[in-house]
Amino acid sequence: MTKLTFIAHDGTHFDVDAENGSTVMENAIRNAVPGIEAECGGACACATCHVYVDEAWTAEVGEPEAMEEDMLDFAYDVQPNSRLSCQIKVRDALDGLVVRVPARQG
Amino acid sequence: MTDTIKTDVLIVGAGPVGLFAVFELGLFDMKCHLIDILDRPGGQCAELYPEKPIYDIPGWPSISAQGLVDKLLEQIAPFKPEFTYNRMVSSLEKLDDGGFRVITDENEVFEAKVVVIAAGGGSFQPKRPPIPGIEAYEGKSVFYSVRRMEDFRGHDIVIVGGGDSALDWTLNLQQVAKSVTLVHRRPEFRAAPDSVNKMYAMQERKELAFQVGQVTGLTGADGLLSSATIKGPDGDVEVACTRMLPFFGLTMKLGPIADWGLNLHENLIPVDTEKFQTSVPGIFAVGDINWYPGKLKLILSGFHEVALMAQAAKRIISPGERIVFQYTTSSTSLQKKLGVHD
Repeated sequence: MTKLTFIAHDGTHFDVDAENGSTVMENAIRNAVPGIEAECGGACACATCHVYVDEAWTAEVGEPEAMEEDMLDFAYDVQPNSRLSCQIKVRDALDGLVVRVPARQG
Repeated sequence: MTDTIKTDVLIVGAGPVGLFAVFELGLFDMKCHLIDILDRPGGQCAELYPEKPIYDIPGWPSISAQGLVDKLLEQIAPFKPEFTYNRMVSSLEKLDDGGFRVITDENEVFEAKVVVIAAGGGSFQPKRPPIPGIEAYEGKSVFYSVRRMEDFRGHDIVIVGGGDSALDWTLNLQQVAKSVTLVHRRPEFRAAPDSVNKMYAMQERKELAFQVGQVTGLTGADGLLSSATIKGPDGDVEVACTRMLPFFGLTMKLGPIADWGLNLHENLIPVDTEKFQTSVPGIFAVGDINWYPGKLKLILSGFHEVALMAQAAKRIISPGERIVFQYTTSSTSLQKKLGVHD
C-alpha cells in the first residue's frame, strides 16, 4: 500500500492507504476528502478534482499532459503545481505524496 | 406565441436514458417528443466524453459514448421520435384533463399526457468563472454568450478563455468593438490553430491585445464594469473594460426543474421503484436525475427504469386497456412496430 496525504482547505489532514494503479482522485472520493467533487467520474472531462501537488513532490508526480492542461483552464486559481487528481496514478514512487485541496472547485 | 405541439410523452433530456425511453414507450404505441438544451442528442455521452469507452453496457464489452448514442438513435428510429434542441424547459403546469403543459425558454408550448424527466445531472449551462463579485455584473456587462454582436459595438471588451468560443468571438467582435483584450492563463490554446494564428497576427498589428493570466477581480458600479484585474506572470495588470465575456465551458445545473413542485432529495427527484413516478402522478423521472434507496447512477440502471416506467405511462395514457407482456424476439406485433416483420 502507498500512503497519500490530502490536506483539505481548512487544514485537516487525511492520511490514506492507496492501491497502486488507482488514481489519486479515486482515493479522495473513497475516503470522503472534502473539496474533491470529480463531477465527470474521472474522464478528464471536467476540472472538479483539482489539487495542488506539494512542492517536494512536483518533480516525481510530473507535468500534466495536453488534454489535462486544457481541462485545467476551467479550474479555480490554477498554479504551476496544479494537477487534476484523476490523472495521477498511484505507484510506489509516490509513497508519502502530499496534495492540497483548493478553496473551491471551479 | 407558436402553435402548441401535442404529443403522448414529453421527454426532458435526450441522453442515453431519454433515448431508450423512446424505445420502451414506442413498444406500447406512445409517441415521444424530446427536448434538450444541447444542440444534438446524447447528453453527457456526447458533450463530456464522446470518445471514451464505456465497459458496462450489457452485450458491449467496450463501446464509445458516441457509439452508444448512435446505436440508440438507430434502435429508436422506427418510432420516429421528434426532437427539439437548444431549449431548456422553463415551466410545467398541470392541465385540467390530467395532462401537462410545458413551456421552453423560447416560449414554445408543448402539451403531453405524460412527462418523463431524463435530465441527468441537469441542464448544461455556461460555467461561472471563479471571480469574486461577478454575479453583480451578469446580464448588464458580463455575458456568457453573444446573442447580438451590435450589443458589443463601441465597447472595450475583455474575453476570457482558450477554446473555440473565446477565439471566435475575439476575432469577430474585434470588428465592432472599441478594443478587445483576450485573457487566457497560458499561451497555448484549445481552439482551432487557424483561429489562434489569426489572433496572434492581429496582436502583432496591435488590432487586439492578448494577456496571459487569470482574472482575479472586477471593478465597477451598479453592474457596469469599468476594469478587470488580471493576475499575470509579471504580477497584476488592470485592463479597462465595459464588457466581459467569460468562456469557461459548461456545467450541469438542475435549473427550473427545481420549481416544478416536485419533491426533491439533494437536487435529485425521488421516485418509487415500481413506476419511477415522482411525487406528481404522470411525471416520471429516470436515469441520473432520480433517487431511490440503492440508486446507482449507471446507464444500465436507467435502461431498466424506463422499461418499468413505460408500463405505468401506458396505464395513464390508455386507462383500462390490458397490457400484454411480450418479447421482441417472438411477438409479431412488436416486430411490426420495429419494422422487422413483413
